[in-house]
Amino acid sequence: MRNMLAIASKELRSYFAGPIAYIAIGLWALLYGYFYVAILQFFVRNSMQMMGQMGGPQSMNVNQQLIRPLLQNVTIMMLFVLPMVTMRTYSEEKRSGTIELLLTSPLSDLQIIMGKFLGAMGLYAVMLLVTVPHIALLFIYGNPEWKPILTAYLGLLLLGGCFISLGLLISSLTKNQIVAGMVTFAVFLMLWIITWIGSFSGPTVDQLTKYLSIIDHLDDFSKGVLDTSHLIYYLSFITFGLFLTAKSVDSERWRG
Amino acid sequence: MIEVQHLTKRYGRVTAVDDVSFRVERGEILGFLGPNGAGKTTTMRILTGYMPATEGKAIVAGFDVFDQPIEAKRRTGYLPETPPLYPDMSVVEYLDFVAKIKGVPSSGRRERVRGAMERTRIADMANRACSKLSKGYRQRVGLAQALIHNPDVLILDEPTAGLDPKQIIETRQLIKELAGDHTVILSTHILPEVSQTCQRVVIINKGRVVAVDTPDNLTARLRGNETMYVQVDANGADAGSLLASIPGVTRVAAADQREGLTGFEIESEHGHDVRRDLARAVVSQGWGLLELRPMRMSLEEIFLSLTTDDVAAVAGGDAAPAATPEGDAVNA
Repeated sequence: MRNMLAIASKELRSYFAGPIAYIAIGLWALLYGYFYVAILQFFVRNSMQMMGQMGGPQSMNVNQQLIRPLLQNVTIMMLFVLPMVTMRTYSEEKRSGTIELLLTSPLSDLQIIMGKFLGAMGLYAVMLLVTVPHIALLFIYGNPEWKPILTAYLGLLLLGGCFISLGLLISSLTKNQIVAGMVTFAVFLMLWIITWIGSFSGPTVDQLTKYLSIIDHLDDFSKGVLDTSHLIYYLSFITFGLFLTAKSVDSERWRG
Repeated sequence: MIEVQHLTKRYGRVTAVDDVSFRVERGEILGFLGPNGAGKTTTMRILTGYMPATEGKAIVAGFDVFDQPIEAKRRTGYLPETPPLYPDMSVVEYLDFVAKIKGVPSSGRRERVRGAMERTRIADMANRACSKLSKGYRQRVGLAQALIHNPDVLILDEPTAGLDPKQIIETRQLIKELAGDHTVILSTHILPEVSQTCQRVVIINKGRVVAVDTPDNLTARLRGNETMYVQVDANGADAGSLLASIPGVTRVAAADQREGLTGFEIESEHGHDVRRDLARAVVSQGWGLLELRPMRMSLEEIFLSLTTDDVAAVAGGDAAPAATPEGDAVNA
């Protein structure tokens, strides 16, 4: 545990010591701000129209019409920003030789991997934190429910965990962080758009791609539904990603 | 302290380390000597638990590096060929991190970090970022990192590479100081380093151990006859024939000649010390005896003769390595 936290804090510190954390958080905040303004404008215009049509004050559901699409757009931001977070985790250690320090220290592979995972999750948590004030603002002018927001954030955290575990795996496969970043982005994108072919290819494929798509499992979370099948899906995705990372690091040893 | 038995490492079809066995006793400094690509780094990486061997066994500080890697690693300090520094950490931060993952308890960690910095003389760079350090300092931070958890065994892969002469001397001194409490294996392809710092040498070539012995024994083993270098001021007289007439002398060859001084290489029968007779003969002639010293085959030549299959072929048919005065070889 102590070792794991030592690695995690080292990872977190190295994000903030270099430009990566600032660029990632900066881009994240910029994109999020843009989405926020765009969706808010759309929401305001819609509710004005509703008022006109219904001939009186009608309140639209802030959760359903504003917060849910907003947080779903956060997944697009993850697509672009998270590869930047994970691309160097292993590849940079391999390139600079510091991996030799880690692998010859009295640490288990699991401690190293979990440490790196937690470090990246820490940075991701900071990014999610950046999105909170905007939503808090909505409580001043409207009255959204807070419970669906909480489940949505849980969903985002889990989804981020999936992306990060996958990013770690890809980073462990190469010495070149640019390669790691590009491949990670491509794989994320693939997982994101996998449902597109499903809707035209009959019910079986549709079901299958829906199940595989890591985005579709977020839907219930953002509606405020806590379904154990989605929880299990995300947790097993993360576990499997980290397991493969462990195997990849181990096989590197054998190959030398 | 370290026991290596029949260690073999293959990468696909290439055999990097082939049936290597040796032992290192507690407190000893073992030199690991070989040309580039001989399998030094691979052997060290196996000993540190960085990679497993294909066959064989390695026991470090009483723990098998394959079966109990965590216990073995806890007792091992390792300086890889390139010091494993994190560029964006300062020296203190870096050493503190290493101390943490090496299992130094938090109560004594600050002391340990300071102690390691003082020992390796890097305290003045404590707050400098690792990326801004010169090669010599990087190497020393790497050394500090290796000994921060006070390990029983220190494994140093070319610890003096890239240092300037003064730093090399300091580092060698430091390694010698460490030897009492720690068992040290150091690899190098610089021969004088071995003769100056190590008590025993393992010479490795193409993955195989070609010799294990003390530097002195290795030198003696390869020196067939006793060879002497004598420089005399004979005032133009023929000193060579006089020296050749001394009993026990088997061969006299003029080595150099300048300003009336003549140097001779004199071989004598094994076990027959002719130095007294030589001195007496020269002095009784009224000549000046300016120099008289035994010559040894330098480690360099031993190394060459052991690691080169066919010396003549390599040297273009010139000659097998000849004995040179030891003093000249040290700074080669």
